Amino acid sequence: MNLRLVCLRQRVIALCLTTLSASVAWAIEAGAPAPEVNLPGVKDAISLAGLKGKVVYVDFWASWCGPCKQSFPFMNELQSKYRAQGFEIVAINLDVKRDDADKFLAEVPAQFNVAFDAKGDSARRFEVKGMPSSYLIGRDGKVVVAHKGFKEEDRKDLEARITQALASK
Amino acid sequence: MPTPARHLLAACALAAAAALSGCALAPPQPWERGNLAKPEMTMGGDALDQRFVQHIYGSKENASGGYGVGGGGCGCN
Repeated sequence: MNLRLVCLRQRVIALCLTTLSASVAWAIEAGAPAPEVNLPGVKDAISLAGLKGKVVYVDFWASWCGPCKQSFPFMNELQSKYRAQGFEIVAINLDVKRDDADKFLAEVPAQFNVAFDAKGDSARRFEVKGMPSSYLIGRDGKVVVAHKGFKEEDRKDLEARITQALASK
Repeated sequence: MPTPARHLLAACALAAAAALSGCALAPPQPWERGNLAKPEMTMGGDALDQRFVQHIYGSKENASGGYGVGGGGCGCN
């Protein structure tokens, strides 16, 4: 396969993406009230209403998504570091098969709330535009940051936004 | 052409037009790409060969991406 073919394919993909993005609404933005989430967790049900008054970091992930896997150690670190200040992570799994999620969790331990949404209704409500997607929700229940994807270099900025949100009442 | 035949033709044309847009109407959402992300869904056959080819593109041509959907397709990974 030569470069020209790759270019052609990328052009086709770009075209597909533009038509795709034209047909759907843009993702939820900072300042918008966070949609309600009420989903089964590993043990108990997890709802955002039950975490009111806390700073919540909602993360959408799936077992097949590489960057999601990269973000798990980061989220473990955040949860243990800021729990005492009223910080909770809710990682919503969007795998169609629960088995896939369980296998992933056996391999990559999660020391934070994990919820399961095989139908993806919550992702639709949050208007998720990429995997992983994360939303930082302030104590007032409003979205502070909507973040797409995960790279190692995103760590610093995300953590700064979290400490900022924890500091504000 | 008699009217019923013309109506039938129009109906057929309409149905054909509707069928054409059928694929474009419901693109998979970012979280619905689990099956597309499977290794067997990539264009190439041999995984090792694919990695080798990708390495060449990366090092010689500074080209990367477009091989499977491990990340969510938002172009941000």
